[in-house]
Amino acid sequence: MSAAGPRIAVIGASAAGLAAAEGLRRLGWDGVITVVGDEPHPPYDRPPLSKQVLSGAWPPERTALRDAGRLAGLGLDLRLGTRAVAYDPARREVTLDDGERTVLECAGVVAATGVRPRTLPGTEGVEGVHVLRTLQDALALRRRLAEPGRRLAVVGSGVLGAEAAAVARGLGHEVALIGAQDTPMERVLGREVGALLAGVHRDHGVTLYPGRTVTGIAVDGGRARGVRLADGAFVEADDVLVAIGSEPAVDWLRGPAAPDLSDGLGCDRYCAAAPGLYGAGDVARWYHVGLGRHIRIEHRMNAGEQGLAAARNLLAELDGERFGQRSPFEPVPYFWSDQYDLKLHAYGILAGAVRTEVLRLGGDPLRLAALYGDADRVTGVLGIGLTPRQARSLRPLAAAPGTWQEALARLRETVAA
Amino acid sequence: MNITVDESKCCGAGQCVLVAPDVFDQRDEDGIVVLLDATPEPGLHAAVRDAATICPAAAIQVHE
Repeated sequence: MSAAGPRIAVIGASAAGLAAAEGLRRLGWDGVITVVGDEPHPPYDRPPLSKQVLSGAWPPERTALRDAGRLAGLGLDLRLGTRAVAYDPARREVTLDDGERTVLECAGVVAATGVRPRTLPGTEGVEGVHVLRTLQDALALRRRLAEPGRRLAVVGSGVLGAEAAAVARGLGHEVALIGAQDTPMERVLGREVGALLAGVHRDHGVTLYPGRTVTGIAVDGGRARGVRLADGAFVEADDVLVAIGSEPAVDWLRGPAAPDLSDGLGCDRYCAAAPGLYGAGDVARWYHVGLGRHIRIEHRMNAGEQGLAAARNLLAELDGERFGQRSPFEPVPYFWSDQYDLKLHAYGILAGAVRTEVLRLGGDPLRLAALYGDADRVTGVLGIGLTPRQARSLRPLAAAPGTWQEALARLRETVAA
Repeated sequence: MNITVDESKCCGAGQCVLVAPDVFDQRDEDGIVVLLDATPEPGLHAAVRDAATICPAAAIQVHE
């Protein structure tokens, strides 16, 4: 070990990794903090990629999560353009893919490697086929959309596909939104709100292909020229954005003594996957005590909160006397989405709800609050077009899930206030 | 402690108001952050640092 003391390695240099590194410093870790990021850029923010970066409203530099001075102030051993390729849980050693295959001996490790986008088979290297996860991805699609009159086919009508479709349409391009779901974001928002969102996209001139399966991308001379659907339809396009979800980036953790990697890095209530190994952000599936089950959340808010929680609990494990007790990570999940001039806020868990109650506010169909849950209790709440105060006041409904009757009464009170 | 906020980055999530309501508020029209107190008393510092870390738009800068 170097003279600078023991090391904590944070693998992943995006929102969760940065929050963990900052948390470690702030809580008093004075040893080495090595942050390993596979992209060449210092930590940057991803939500603007499908919004302000794609639209051209922001230059890429604006996505930086911390300016150079603040980053330097953290005193990190920052290794960018570098990937972790192996982890030995018994020795707590991380192997890097730099030229020397450096092995980092660690006191503790925070795994914050995120997810990588799913692709369609046979599309690698095809010009005009895009995914949207990294700044590089966003700038590549932006370059195409900077020229007027493009035809963009978006495959996947989840939140990423819906946001990108809205931006491209806002730039005046011809946009097709193709989804296996019957309405945009239906898996999360349910059929009723999804149908409303479908109407918004249609009103803005997006051509919707709901409930369709894609069989392939047509390629001509190495360049995409459209999307083939299972029902025989063909959607002509100059560019195709594939937004069909993602896979947790856990390959570096595989091995004979690997922790549970069945859907991301399996962690306990403290975000611990093994002694000295903690997970944070999109990659981490952890046991949420309040919900009584494991969840994995691919939302920006969770990345910051879980990065901080993982840092806190790792320090407590390493030195309880100095850093105190570990505590379970029990956030109220939150996400937002911007589409056209609509802002969606959601707290708690919406996906997989078997019951939904939508409360419309006034005459505007685009102002609503909705409850989501199982048969007995409410687990999530959504607001569209609410005032900030109303949107914030939805949170307690998801923080302490109650019966449907209670929740409906409280929701009515909240939005009437 | 001295706090600055970047209104053009703010996404209106309101998490800062939940964590540190004495320091942050939101504009009624669009939910953009309003800084109530740029130099809060020490008792609020921990909450402000948490707010800056979890802000999902990285719109809060804390200078110490």
